[in-house]
Amino acid sequence: MHEDANEHEALLEALIAGSLPDERGRFGPFGGQYVPETLMTAVNRLSEGVRDVLPSESFQQRLEAELKSWVGRPTALTAAPRLGERWNADVWFKREDLAHTGAHKINNGIGQALLAQALGAKRVVAETGAGQHGVAAAAACARLGLPCVVYMGEVDVERQAPNVDRMHRLGATVVSVTSGDRTLRAAIDEAIRDWVSDPEGTYYLIGSAIGPHPYPLLVRELQAVIGREARVQMLEAGELPDAVFACVGGGSNAIGIFHAFLADRDIALFGIEAGGCGSALGQHSATIAAGRPGVLHGNYSMLLYDDDGQIQETHSVSAGLDYPGVGPEHSLLKLVGRVDYETASDAEALAALDECCEAEGILPALESAHALAGARRWAAKNPGRRILIGMSGRGDKDMPILARFPRSETGVDVAA
Amino acid sequence: MSPRDRIRDALSRAQGEGAAIVAYLTAGYPDPERFFAAFEAVARVSDAVEIGVPFSDPMADGVTIQRSSERAIEHGVSLRWIFDELAARHLELAPPVLLMSYLNPLLVFGYEALAERSVECGISGYIVPDLPYEESGPLQEALSERGLALVQMVTPVTPAARLQALCAASEGFVYAVTRTGITGRAVSLPAEATEYLAEVKAASKLPVCAGFGVRERAQVEAIERHADGVVVGTALVEVLERGEDAAEFVRSLRPSR
Repeated sequence: MHEDANEHEALLEALIAGSLPDERGRFGPFGGQYVPETLMTAVNRLSEGVRDVLPSESFQQRLEAELKSWVGRPTALTAAPRLGERWNADVWFKREDLAHTGAHKINNGIGQALLAQALGAKRVVAETGAGQHGVAAAAACARLGLPCVVYMGEVDVERQAPNVDRMHRLGATVVSVTSGDRTLRAAIDEAIRDWVSDPEGTYYLIGSAIGPHPYPLLVRELQAVIGREARVQMLEAGELPDAVFACVGGGSNAIGIFHAFLADRDIALFGIEAGGCGSALGQHSATIAAGRPGVLHGNYSMLLYDDDGQIQETHSVSAGLDYPGVGPEHSLLKLVGRVDYETASDAEALAALDECCEAEGILPALESAHALAGARRWAAKNPGRRILIGMSGRGDKDMPILARFPRSETGVDVAA
Repeated sequence: MSPRDRIRDALSRAQGEGAAIVAYLTAGYPDPERFFAAFEAVARVSDAVEIGVPFSDPMADGVTIQRSSERAIEHGVSLRWIFDELAARHLELAPPVLLMSYLNPLLVFGYEALAERSVECGISGYIVPDLPYEESGPLQEALSERGLALVQMVTPVTPAARLQALCAASEGFVYAVTRTGITGRAVSLPAEATEYLAEVKAASKLPVCAGFGVRERAQVEAIERHADGVVVGTALVEVLERGEDAAEFVRSLRPSR
């Protein structure tokens, strides 16, 4: 037990020092490159790009210019006093919902599209769940003049119709995936199949901190801007938070906001997964809370599967969290105990969404509403604390789903 | 003789013989009984048989094998089921049998138990499409203890130095993907494919079997001048999909002599 603790501490220190993932793409035991041999040359070439191109001054200047003038960064840090009063807490939002296209996904979309262009890709493929990454990829590719194909599960095409239309308008080809579970997982399977059939000309623009190395590293680096900005903004607004909350599906916005706070050991970090409508397999997407280590989509990480190793179908009211795996860095953060992972149910997320609308005039994405629900629960047990919540996206895209649910009784005061 | 040497010998051919045939069948497809009937019949006319372990996310397979995999899972087919059925049926099989599986079902079964059960059930080796050489150490070690083969795949986009390393590491045979991409799309044999197969042959001491896309005798004859054997997968699953005779189809691929 003691040895484990020492080993975990060493892994966390290595992560904070920036030496993870290692050359093989490992975050401790997690990560790696579990891809068909056909893709090994492509992932190795991408690793070289991440090592040589990404940190280069010319690339970083180009990226920063796009983030500032096209994405609209830095995004605001917003105080949430009416919500704070209700919760007996000092509540702050990091407003990725204000970024171009309405979610944090654009940070990664434009970053990888620039990298694809620098590496000479002829076309880009992407997968999408809620459609936010698809829109981000389509917009970034339009901005750079790259052809873009987005794979989207048939179920998600239905529940996120406005985003499908946006992708079309942005010039992308949207392919409805009718195989497998017809959600994000099947869309990734299909995007990988496309990439396998043309590993030299096609760039796979993955949407979360998942997939084979170097994607978890690349996506984290591109999303870490969220936490870097938020940390500075919190200090400018007085002091650092006591706790940070973010929703976790694949985990890109969470890793993005957590990363800058990892070394602040007295700041508690919480990842909130989708508890769905129950605790049985198939009723939730709580990968870290309920999963076991396994291999899917190129990496070894926590995963939801049955006793035969078959990946399980997941459920969440939020399409963006409806995924049976999670990024390998989150699995390590869970293992070493730096981040606590909890769940919020569909009902809790919907209630938190309505409360936020009425108290602060902000319609959060259903994904982000899970972070709000987790924070609200924690605040009830820890009164008077300063809380930062990752508002990963806006909820406009969720209107078709929200129409199916009556508005919650929030009890928020509304001027008569 | 170790299982992996059995595979090597079964696929090595004497001068002038036609290409060896490695037949692929998805376990339990179209249903458990018809699968075993097809399996026994195909085994009688093939040089090795590859049984596909169905997986929920077959990301390197085309639509035909995806469909067969989904159907098999619906029938309750799993790695455990395959082992239990093979053990219970005591089949007298002439050619070596390999399992083709994505990694997660093997990982969940446990590598030690997997190797032990494989030997008990007459399995000679493994092909694992999402396990590249760099990640294959732990599984290779467990299989090696029992003389079982872990077959490495090479592709037309594999760089020369890597090709050497993969051929040296492979066991049983070398699986040469003849066209970049997922399984099951039609292929003819362009000059670049023959050059590529020549490179693989030169790098390998083991028999080289070309796979992905083979569906008719002309292709087998075209490949036989450049490789030791062919893997026939999608076309065979399609035959079963249509309810036709799988063994007859394999015989039809044999070069006329």
